[in-house]
Amino acid sequence: MIEREITKIQELVYELRVGDVMKRGVIKVIPSTQMSDLRAVLRDNRISGTPVVEEGRLVGIISLEDFIRWLYDGGPDCAVVDRMTRKVISVFEDEPLIQAFNNLERFGFGRLPVLARGIGKLTGVITKGDIIGGLLKKLDIGYRQAEIHSTRSSHIFEDIVADKSALIFEYQVSGGDFSRAGNSAGGLKTTLLRLGISPQITRRAAIATYEAEMNLIFFTNGGKIKTKIEPEIIQIEVEDDGPGIPDIDQALKPGFSTAPEWVRELGFGAGMGLHNIQKCSDRMNLSSTVGKGTRLKVEILVGNEDGSE
Amino acid sequence: MDLSEITKRLKLEVKAGNGSLSNEVQGGYASDLISDVIANAEEGDLWVTLQTHQNTVAVASMKGLAGIVLVNGREPEADTLQKAREENIPLLVSALPAFELIGRLYNLGLSGIRK
Repeated sequence: MIEREITKIQELVYELRVGDVMKRGVIKVIPSTQMSDLRAVLRDNRISGTPVVEEGRLVGIISLEDFIRWLYDGGPDCAVVDRMTRKVISVFEDEPLIQAFNNLERFGFGRLPVLARGIGKLTGVITKGDIIGGLLKKLDIGYRQAEIHSTRSSHIFEDIVADKSALIFEYQVSGGDFSRAGNSAGGLKTTLLRLGISPQITRRAAIATYEAEMNLIFFTNGGKIKTKIEPEIIQIEVEDDGPGIPDIDQALKPGFSTAPEWVRELGFGAGMGLHNIQKCSDRMNLSSTVGKGTRLKVEILVGNEDGSE
Repeated sequence: MDLSEITKRLKLEVKAGNGSLSNEVQGGYASDLISDVIANAEEGDLWVTLQTHQNTVAVASMKGLAGIVLVNGREPEADTLQKAREENIPLLVSALPAFELIGRLYNLGLSGIRK
């Protein structure tokens, strides 16, 4: 495992570019900055050196060491141009990290100025800390992707031998139980991702389920959400036993809501729920009988990334 | 720009989701209506709101938002915090009112419209 990580880092130091990890918006001084003013620049920014720039171009670098040497010599105040190192080792933005790392190692520098290739303009500074930070960030992303992959059961449909196969998941929703709101949609989302359904399709299914779940919580005594997953289609059926919707066309209109005040205060009840469900579905069917209950059917085609709009 | 930089520059208090502060913020969305956020926010958006209940976390997770910023120094509810920690959704608090905060986010280069 450790060996593999090291190989991964070796790969990354060649793959990542200086521009990916460097700091932009560099603290810099101009050639005429006085040595006596340099102290404040270094101290306030907690840095041990800074590039000297004239009209965007890098002309030298002045470090804490240069500053101490100037103090030690006891010379009069002068401009940094008289004390700076003129022959500066720098790297280009588009060079791999390994180049910056080698230069820092070889010369024992704390930082390297970064230039844009061609125009020679100073665009940033890179330190060992930036390199380590950049590598860690990249490794973390890689690790998460590997984790998603290992918990994925996308092969499940291929493993089943049948003329037709489907997976069914059911979620129970209690009316009025706001504290568990979103659990069904969240559970479905995790499950779909693990089944290898694309994030885009998963999101649409999760949103439709979430809005339906909220409707069960706010308006009914509870109900159930039944999802049926087939290789080509996701079907979501939501059922409750009352109170029912008197006018479905009206309920489908964006902005129409019968939500009570407490629901609106929570930022719900904007009258967008059914509309959002419709937007996420490839087909939607809503039927209801007042006093009896409501039944919602949503179909999402797995191959159709864009949805109904 | 990543979220840690925005957090630093605008002095946001990080309540949860420290592990996701490297999230790249691609834009911003401001709304207190949950369905509106579901319908119109985009993946990678930073969501500015005054809602403090736990459904904000569910929505942020579902939509793949970069994080949530509560305005006016509002405190998230206990179960909101817990859920944000579980799902590693960055939950931030600004002392500023929404209008001011959004203006500053805009000045940092965030936009409400994707190119």
